[in-house]
Amino acid sequence: MAALKETVETVESIDVDAYKYGFTTDIESEKAPKGLSEDIVRFISAKKDEPEWLTEWRLGAYRRWLTMSEPRWAKVNYPPIDYQDLYYYSAPKTSPGPKSLDEVDPELLRTYEKLGIPLREQEILAGVETRKVAVDAVFDSVSVATTFKEELAKAGVIFCPISEAVKTHPALVQKYLGSVVPVTDNFFATLNSAVFSDGSFVYVPPGVRCPMELSTYFRINEKNTGQFERTLIIADAGSYVSYLEGCTAPKRDENQLHAAIVELVALDDAEIKYSTVQNWYPGDGEGKGGIYNFVTKRGDCRGRNSHISWTQVETGSAITWKYPSCILRGDNSQGEFYSIAVSNGFQQVDSGSKMIHLGRNTKSRIISKGISAGRSQNTYRGQVSAHRKASGARNFTNCDSLLIGDKCGAHTVPYIESKNSSAQFEHEATTSKISQDQLFYAMQRGLSAEEATALIVNGFVRDVLQQLPMEFAVEAQKLISISLEGSVG
Amino acid sequence: MNETASQAEIALKSSFERMKNAGAQSLRRGAWEAFSRSGLPNKRDESWHYTDLRAALRAVAPMSGETKTATSAIERKQASCRFVVLDGAFRPDLSDLSLAPSGVAAQSLREALAHGEAEVLAALAGDVDDPAVALNAALMQDGVVLRIAPGTVLDTPLEIANVTSNAGAQSVYSRSLAMVGKGASATIIETLEPLAPSEAQENHALTLRIEDGARLEHVCTVAPQAGAAVRVLSLLATLGAKSALNSFCLIEGGGLLRRQVFALLAGESADAAFCGATLLRGRDHADTTLQVRHEGRGGKSREFFRYVVDEQATGVFQGKVSVAQLAQKTDGAMQSKALLLSDGATMNSKPELEIFADDVVCGHGATCGRLDADQLFYLQARGLPEREAEALLIQGFANEALRLIAREAMRDMLEARVATWLARRDIR
Amino acid sequence: MLEIKNLHVSIGERKILDGLTLTVGDGEIAAIMGPNGAGKSTLSYVIAGREGYDVSGGEVLLNGENILGLAPHERAAKGVFLAFQYPVEIPGVATMTFLKATLNAQRRARGEEELQTPDFMKRVNEAAARLGVAKEMLRRPLNSGFSGGEKKRMEILQMALLEPSLGILDETDSGLDIDALRVVSEGVNALRARDRSFLVITHYQRLLDYIKPDTVHVMARGRILRSGGAELALELEESGYKDYIVEAA
Repeated sequence: MAALKETVETVESIDVDAYKYGFTTDIESEKAPKGLSEDIVRFISAKKDEPEWLTEWRLGAYRRWLTMSEPRWAKVNYPPIDYQDLYYYSAPKTSPGPKSLDEVDPELLRTYEKLGIPLREQEILAGVETRKVAVDAVFDSVSVATTFKEELAKAGVIFCPISEAVKTHPALVQKYLGSVVPVTDNFFATLNSAVFSDGSFVYVPPGVRCPMELSTYFRINEKNTGQFERTLIIADAGSYVSYLEGCTAPKRDENQLHAAIVELVALDDAEIKYSTVQNWYPGDGEGKGGIYNFVTKRGDCRGRNSHISWTQVETGSAITWKYPSCILRGDNSQGEFYSIAVSNGFQQVDSGSKMIHLGRNTKSRIISKGISAGRSQNTYRGQVSAHRKASGARNFTNCDSLLIGDKCGAHTVPYIESKNSSAQFEHEATTSKISQDQLFYAMQRGLSAEEATALIVNGFVRDVLQQLPMEFAVEAQKLISISLEGSVG
Repeated sequence: MNETASQAEIALKSSFERMKNAGAQSLRRGAWEAFSRSGLPNKRDESWHYTDLRAALRAVAPMSGETKTATSAIERKQASCRFVVLDGAFRPDLSDLSLAPSGVAAQSLREALAHGEAEVLAALAGDVDDPAVALNAALMQDGVVLRIAPGTVLDTPLEIANVTSNAGAQSVYSRSLAMVGKGASATIIETLEPLAPSEAQENHALTLRIEDGARLEHVCTVAPQAGAAVRVLSLLATLGAKSALNSFCLIEGGGLLRRQVFALLAGESADAAFCGATLLRGRDHADTTLQVRHEGRGGKSREFFRYVVDEQATGVFQGKVSVAQLAQKTDGAMQSKALLLSDGATMNSKPELEIFADDVVCGHGATCGRLDADQLFYLQARGLPEREAEALLIQGFANEALRLIAREAMRDMLEARVATWLARRDIR
Repeated sequence: MLEIKNLHVSIGERKILDGLTLTVGDGEIAAIMGPNGAGKSTLSYVIAGREGYDVSGGEVLLNGENILGLAPHERAAKGVFLAFQYPVEIPGVATMTFLKATLNAQRRARGEEELQTPDFMKRVNEAAARLGVAKEMLRRPLNSGFSGGEKKRMEILQMALLEPSLGILDETDSGLDIDALRVVSEGVNALRARDRSFLVITHYQRLLDYIKPDTVHVMARGRILRSGGAELALELEESGYKDYIVEAA
């Protein structure tokens, strides 16, 4: 079909230069010297004025990291990373730590405005949108602003940069930090534990339904800087919180490293919804530049009847290596993972989820939609396991891949492990190209090839989009269109 | 492996060094080097993640020697033209050489290698990169080479019987080849049949070259072995254009077993089906690993597997379908289902897709669980006692794979083997 | 034939049958009608002995014997046959194998001689011909890939072969077109006998045009709220169930 051929050609011809968040912010920053050593770890810890236990904790991680090697099992290829050629700390000079909004450098405020993230509370209130979203804005290694803190405090919800929580809520941080993702978990997690910069801390007290959506916006600005954010969310018994994460970075020719950790803890009857729209710079049309995104995200359903749900829309990064997981420890706990991963240009995605069933009658669900275009490689990798005691465990997994063009790849690598006869696991996967019948049907009704493709792609990812909070869903839909620009109107 | 060669690897090396006069030296050396690079595979090798051969082969048994066994000791289970490979040695005296149908030539592998037969060496040179296959190529003792002339249509099945005597702990490396000429049509039965349970360490491989337009039915049965036995059984199949292979394997457990299938659909419009039923109990560990690679355009592959896992046994299914960029219009579907009958049973599945072509329809499904409560109730409500209802459901579950065997007589025979296996469940 | 006395059943915390009492005489066809959620299917499953229901009180007597303590297959051998609302698909088990296994299991349980293949085949073929079940269907795996109508016909075929003393038809009319409904009803009518009773569970009166009931019982909220003759079904067709839902609530 000529129109389809044309569509495919257009997709092939796009370079990912359509990235619209690629501007840089001209702001002076304070950096640690290049490279990594015990001194640098101490430097970061001192910059943040940390208690001694945390400095030691970081140093322990650093020493452990020296003994580890980079994992090589993912279907991603990249030249060796020189860990001594990176800056591990960078902060805007004018905003070395969070302040009241009035004190935030106007240049930074303008940056977030350009990114579509309003930081001024009144602006949000004056806007047409009725739902409030509290934002923690992280710029390179530090949090520059957190909104709606007071209103949240009235409900008893703690929402602040983790560097601040270390000082204001040391007991909570010490109790939960590293309790989901141990310091020794994997190469990148151990590196993060040694040098983590900033990120958000959330604590929702027993029985509290968090009155608004919480959100963190991560921005990498500085050159040659690694970003190592760390997020910790604790939902105490019977509480509920919905959390959104967004990320962008300027266009740069060098690859930049991003190795984050997110830890979620849900106690009895608590629920956490965690949504991500990941739009780090993917590199240019030749595959030059882009973020290396090596992220460890894990939720611990520690309490009975607890519930953790991950939703991700992955359109950015040169390399994505992330597997948001749930440890279903509490009886009757539930884990969910909904994912849309779009890859184009030379992007490489190796992402999926792990559902580890430990408790009785635990349930999990994985819905993954991968779309590959250009010369990209898109892999779903997932693990579902039931341990001996996980009687009555249930999992349903569905992974579908869509290929646009014949130079990309789509791969599915699930690991399904059951040690309990009453556990019921069901897994299905399909890979195909956009149905010519569907395209023809839509075009016969008057849509152009691009519109028809957009329609079909939207239908393909619909199940997952529905899991996102509404504002995010609209944003995500746009983002998917941009990522596949050329084929989608 | 060189820096930390284990006792076992040192023992294997000395076995290799004793193969100096066994022919195909450069092939053996190349294979040994390939094996040496990885050593005995273990959990950290992605494709051996669930079956740790290094741990299972801590002590390597000595290579098998000459065995004296009367023909009558080797039971004949089906009507066929049979070629016996006893403890790794092809035995013309125990085989039906004189009954071979016209168009079929049989020869011992040892002889073919001694004569440096180009066709055989070329077929062996196509081995895939796998440590157990490499070990087989380095240490192969003997086997049978079957040549089926182009256009030959055979009705009588050809049987390659890998028989292990009860000589105790011994290592057996056999390699057989079947070259199915253009447009030929044949059935090959492959059996692993211990005369009595023993702690043998067996590594058998069968290389199939299926030329353009040829059709092959392949039925493999693996009889139980002693709990301490370690068996690796590899099938290496290459399919030409418009050729077809329908391969079935029944595994009845016994010790540690790894069956691996490497299939290359090289020609256009090749059609391959791999099916199997695996029945496990006690502490059986059985792994079936498939790598089906589509390189020709318009190919079709089907994989269909059933596992019944009882007691403390472990089942492993790994199936990878890869589609190369040129293999447009590939149609691939894989399904594996496992029934866990007891609380101590384990099932690990890894169905994998690796797709580099866009105009394809590929999919897989995998399930794992116990008997369906609705089905059980339905049968009970019709009057079947629980145990009988279970047996009927398990048999039906296995039959879903068995029904894919084309030859009815063979299907009936294997159904009976499943029933016998199930009957033992009630005795325990 | 069947006497249900003050039956209380729940699933977990939820009470489904709340003191249900019902008597069905020998040779009688009793229709149970009621709105969705009345507990009609639960009643049929509890009589047949499905797991997962908590029977906290009452009795189910079949010819004077309480069958609540019996396993499903023992009840079947005593003559209870449930035609499922959703007949279960069992891929891999040939329909013929299944029919023979169940028929002989019941005969064994009753101390009767097992049927040999020729006898068995004769019976199946006769019943299949009567019910318009194609021979090709008998060669397929049980219920696998059957249409809704084919499945229901297969249920009636099994009933004809197994010759129960109590046939329970659970929403047998659901998903049937008018032709299939006629064939299925004729099959049931042909099985009417002085020593065989039927419990016909249905939401609609339509089925009762074909299978004429002797008695009609209205069920809602886990109880029989009203009993009468065939005319009651017609009345329900007019008025619907709303009065009963309100009355029960």
